[in-house]
Amino acid sequence: MSATAAETILARASGRESVRAGEYVVAELDALMLHDIFAADVLGLLERTGIRRLSDPERVTVIFDHMVPAPSVAAAAHQAAARRLLRAYGIEAFFEMGRGICHQVMVEEGRVGPGQLVVGTDSHSTTYGAVGAAGCGIGSSEMAYALATGRLWFRVPETIAVELEGRLAPGVTAKDLVLSQMRDLGSRQAQSRSVEYGGEGVASLGRAARMTIANMGVEMGAKFSIFPDATSAPDGPGYVATQLIQLDTLAPQVAIPHHVESVLPVTEVEGTALDQVFVGSCTNGRIEDLRQVAVVLRGRHIAKGVRLIVTPASSTVYRQALREGLVDDLVGAGALVEGPGCGPCFGGHMGLLAPGERCLGTHNRNFRGRMGSPDAEIYLGSPFTAAVSALQGRISDPRPWLAEHPGTGDREEGADAVPA
Amino acid sequence: MPSLHELRGRAWCFGADISTDMLSPGQYVHHPMPERLRHVLEAARPEFAGAVRPGDIVVAGPNFGCGSSRESAPQHLVDLGVAAVVADSLARIFARNAIAVGLPVLTCPGISAATRDGDLVAVDVAQGRVTVGDGGSVLSADRIPEPMLDVLRHGGIEPLLRTMAAAQAAAGDLPPSAPGAAASL
Ligand code: SF4
Repeated sequence: MSATAAETILARASGRESVRAGEYVVAELDALMLHDIFAADVLGLLERTGIRRLSDPERVTVIFDHMVPAPSVAAAAHQAAARRLLRAYGIEAFFEMGRGICHQVMVEEGRVGPGQLVVGTDSHSTTYGAVGAAGCGIGSSEMAYALATGRLWFRVPETIAVELEGRLAPGVTAKDLVLSQMRDLGSRQAQSRSVEYGGEGVASLGRAARMTIANMGVEMGAKFSIFPDATSAPDGPGYVATQLIQLDTLAPQVAIPHHVESVLPVTEVEGTALDQVFVGSCTNGRIEDLRQVAVVLRGRHIAKGVRLIVTPASSTVYRQALREGLVDDLVGAGALVEGPGCGPCFGGHMGLLAPGERCLGTHNRNFRGRMGSPDAEIYLGSPFTAAVSALQGRISDPRPWLAEHPGTGDREEGADAVPA
Repeated sequence: MPSLHELRGRAWCFGADISTDMLSPGQYVHHPMPERLRHVLEAARPEFAGAVRPGDIVVAGPNFGCGSSRESAPQHLVDLGVAAVVADSLARIFARNAIAVGLPVLTCPGISAATRDGDLVAVDVAQGRVTVGDGGSVLSADRIPEPMLDVLRHGGIEPLLRTMAAAQAAAGDLPPSAPGAAASL
């Protein structure tokens, strides 16, 4: 009998020998992350209530990534308030605008590690599961409490074990894998559960691919989404279901408006005309993703009538893309390359949609109104799908195009980013 | 501190999948508070916000509070005077946020089938017991563990933090804005 990764981490963090799914525990937090949207509110709440010090400022990371550079006076004032407060509370690990998207920066900077329990004021904190941590999003009052006490209560979740076998075919990526999971599990089955990945197929997925998958765990409703790097087969009482995925059988997938679980094979939406294509976000804005897009666009130009926005996930990714000449490829093909950050992903600024417009993005949510007008349509797909679709001006299956252009579709999904 | 043993109120019944968008509609987030409160749950029951009375209890089907992590969703119910939410099941982040803002929420399988609109509902939050109608059916809800009950007894995290701050002050800690309070000032 083996405990799940969630049980193992929560037992360790709550000072218990073992815990079981369904129990409540009060656990000590290893890392806490805040971004610019909530930092001022959370720290302001601590100041207003008279809390004088944080439990452990060294475990806290603040990253400005959502509204950067500040698009309005209100955002600028909000950020100024946060900067004052984080200094006052002795938070040293502060990453200013330009460093990158919070989840990417946390991993690049080693602010999260295997076996840790991590909370963030952002629902996509499940991303930390890519490095073997249990990460989840919390609200701002809870974050204030967590900062003050260093602890938080958790219900030990039941776990869905996902067994991966084989390897992804050329032109098929981790995004297609997680989108097909969305289709199969919907946004209910994994609700409040931990989704944990194992099987021999895991080894073929590098850190970037794992981040893409763990990132979208929250779209399935999961509390954690973890790659524990465990070799033993799951068999404890905490496992409530197993999902077997044959990687070789997967094909490119697209989420259609307006729900992330409305997923179809790309072949069923081919030909849908696009106004905008977005490559970026904490789901797919890494160097591996930019390489896949650049290899398609190199020496070519995106279709007339389509706009392409590319937002590197971090300054590290951005510099690597510069070194490899990818930015030149992208700009040469007609892309607007933005500075590192969330960009238009959540509809804050930098590329919103007009009523009636249609966008395909590599990000993680296509809710109505997420990228601007509620009357716009958002499709989600892989970087390959985004690149070939930008080239054609309509949603396209990348595989035939990649097959016709040798040397483009065999980009290693497993390769990790070269550190700066 | 409010007692968690004897909440009694009229039931307002809702169906499944009541979302945070219905509780706190996105298009009004920048409106003044009284305006925002007028639209709470209007997509599900337009008369709710105008007719709900302090002490009333929201009864709902499965997955109540699904959607985003906005804390305004449970906060609006508190602002309208709702005493508790009892649902067949609750969305995870909503349940956490509700306790954080001091709103008792109970997972009570079968409650939506057992309750009619306007029924008198008695909720014993600490014991996890819900009674519907006078001498009516008694349902058991999932027990809320002690650390969360403690948050609820204080009326939410903000009052709890004030209590903790008072303890820090008594221990002689300096406020964060005082010179020398934090090394990096
Ligand atoms: S990139 Fe998008 S999903 Fe990721 S943290 Fe930023 S806004 Fe959220």
